[in-house]
Amino acid sequence: MTSLETTLKPYSREWLLSDRPTTRRQAQLGRAYVVWRRFSENRLALLGLFIIIALIVVAALADVISPHNPVVGDLRNSRLLPPGSEGFLLGTDDQGRDILSRLIHGSRLTLMVVVLVAVIAAPIGLLVGTVAGYAGGWIDAVLMRITDIFLAFPKLVLALALVAALGPGIENAILAIAVTSWPPYARIARAETLTFRNSEFISAVKLMGASPFRIVLRHVMPLCTSSLIVRVTLDMAGIILTAAGLGFLGLGAQPPLPEWGAMIASGRRFILDQWWVAAMPGFAILIVSLGFNLLGDGLRDALDPKEAGQ
Amino acid sequence: MTLPETSGATRPRRRRNNRRSWAVLRFAVTVLTTFLGLLAVTFFIGRVVPIDPALAIVGDRAPAHVVERVREELGLNLPLWQQFFIYLKQVLSGDFGTSVLTSNPVLEDIKRVFPATMELATVGTLIGALFGVPLGVLAAVKRGSIVDQVVRVVGLIGYSVPVFWLALLALLFFYAKLNWVAYPGRIDVVYEYTFVSTTGFYLFDAIMQGEWEVFRDLFRHIILPSALLGYFSLAYISRMTRSFMLNELAQEYVVAARAKGLSETRIIWFHALRNAAVPLITVIALSYAGLLEGSVLTETIFSWPGLGLYITNSLQNADINAVLGGTLVVGAVFVTINLLSDLLYRTLDPRTRSR
Repeated sequence: MTSLETTLKPYSREWLLSDRPTTRRQAQLGRAYVVWRRFSENRLALLGLFIIIALIVVAALADVISPHNPVVGDLRNSRLLPPGSEGFLLGTDDQGRDILSRLIHGSRLTLMVVVLVAVIAAPIGLLVGTVAGYAGGWIDAVLMRITDIFLAFPKLVLALALVAALGPGIENAILAIAVTSWPPYARIARAETLTFRNSEFISAVKLMGASPFRIVLRHVMPLCTSSLIVRVTLDMAGIILTAAGLGFLGLGAQPPLPEWGAMIASGRRFILDQWWVAAMPGFAILIVSLGFNLLGDGLRDALDPKEAGQ
Repeated sequence: MTLPETSGATRPRRRRNNRRSWAVLRFAVTVLTTFLGLLAVTFFIGRVVPIDPALAIVGDRAPAHVVERVREELGLNLPLWQQFFIYLKQVLSGDFGTSVLTSNPVLEDIKRVFPATMELATVGTLIGALFGVPLGVLAAVKRGSIVDQVVRVVGLIGYSVPVFWLALLALLFFYAKLNWVAYPGRIDVVYEYTFVSTTGFYLFDAIMQGEWEVFRDLFRHIILPSALLGYFSLAYISRMTRSFMLNELAQEYVVAARAKGLSETRIIWFHALRNAAVPLITVIALSYAGLLEGSVLTETIFSWPGLGLYITNSLQNADINAVLGGTLVVGAVFVTINLLSDLLYRTLDPRTRSR
């Protein structure tokens, strides 16, 4: 048997798919390979991945690729030009600013909102969920009651009230969305924790004298991350839409920042005659949300084939 | 299969009653803590407000002892838990404070605007359910067919499109370009002062009074915003229907029904759909609650005089009492709908009854 294993060329297909990985590294790479193969069979998921990578690239190179200044426009010569005008592919807004350049720079804000909300909300949810699930008893009861209370508010309305109290601005909008986003993550992490709370490997670690703190941090949390990542990816579209809604109501990023929702709000006044001012940012939001949804669906199907097609 | 029932029947009756009263008690505690939690959240948000309520009353040029006296009178110097207690007492007696914008008690305002939101959400859910359920069933029956693809795309776009943007484009297209629907608002100015609504539900009142001309006008106003909300509810309902139906169609009773020689139509629409109906009711209730949230942005676009517009208008004017009152009501309605659907589920589906 061992002779067979050693004949496999490292990093080849057979090596990755081997039933008897000889190192931990081989096993990890093999699992990743299987997931990737399942993921890449799904064309829509690949499209989603492509959209998100494009978003990241555009955001990173915003200064290089945007043809005009996103904040300062030419009020005299280029006010409210329709799409396709010379030098202004998507037209200009009422301040004479190039809409395409504003969209390109706006992608940074969108990416920032999404990443920061995920970075704040996911660990909170993970911590609350795993602690509740592992500890059980009254700790579980109290933590889950708190989670349920936050779940009881509709997301947007609670975020609205929070921003109303904290004051408008993109930082407060991010904070408000994060506060409304963590409860579902806590729910998922708790459910996952319950499934292996009484399993043998946990007992083994306990016998070795690990503290509950260590068990939760080192053994429970890592196992919850894959389902959490799927859920967070699927939530990204919702986060973008909520942020855009807050921006639209004037509670998110403040002018002259090129936030997409706020751009729609400023184009609302010209919707009848200069439809593109409000329409273009909406397409950007739609495409990016669609990308995250497709990516999330693909990830879920690849990581959990049972649920596929449901 | 019959084991649980027989063991239940032979169990002493007192213990069964005990269990039932335990379940009722637990339910009551859940409801109470949730509502208390809602109040705690709105109270907390109200306390974070950077504006000092005392300064807001006396102005920032008032001498220190006046500010101090007002703080005393408002109870701002009391410990936090006592302030929460006072807040609790106020809210429970229906005192949500006064709106700065309308200078009415907030509760009065909410009572006035809430029926408009409910009317919109109801029509929206009706549209969503009437189209969403059949679409979902067809998509499940013919997997991979055109209908299935349509349901998939409708769902994906429904989950990805900003509602306020779609509303703007719909308004541009159906009102400005085609002139098929009425301008934003709930009722034409012509009828605004002649039509008297007793319940606040205009469509219902117009039918009861036989005012068909008014009804036609109301319909022209409500159709676009409700169709838009209906689209979002359709996206959700059709996706869930499809998944429930796939689950049911894989069950053995479907095979049995086929073996018995029942027609496929009968199996799908009577046997499978009836079993899927119970979780579907929960989904429809949830989408109804979701539309209350979706209406915040939609109402802003369509100038629909409901709770959503009330909250956003108050937001623009830093009217924190009104915002918190509205938030609390939306949260309470949300919780109530969830609890009701949960109860309905338990009553309708014998499998979930606690044994």
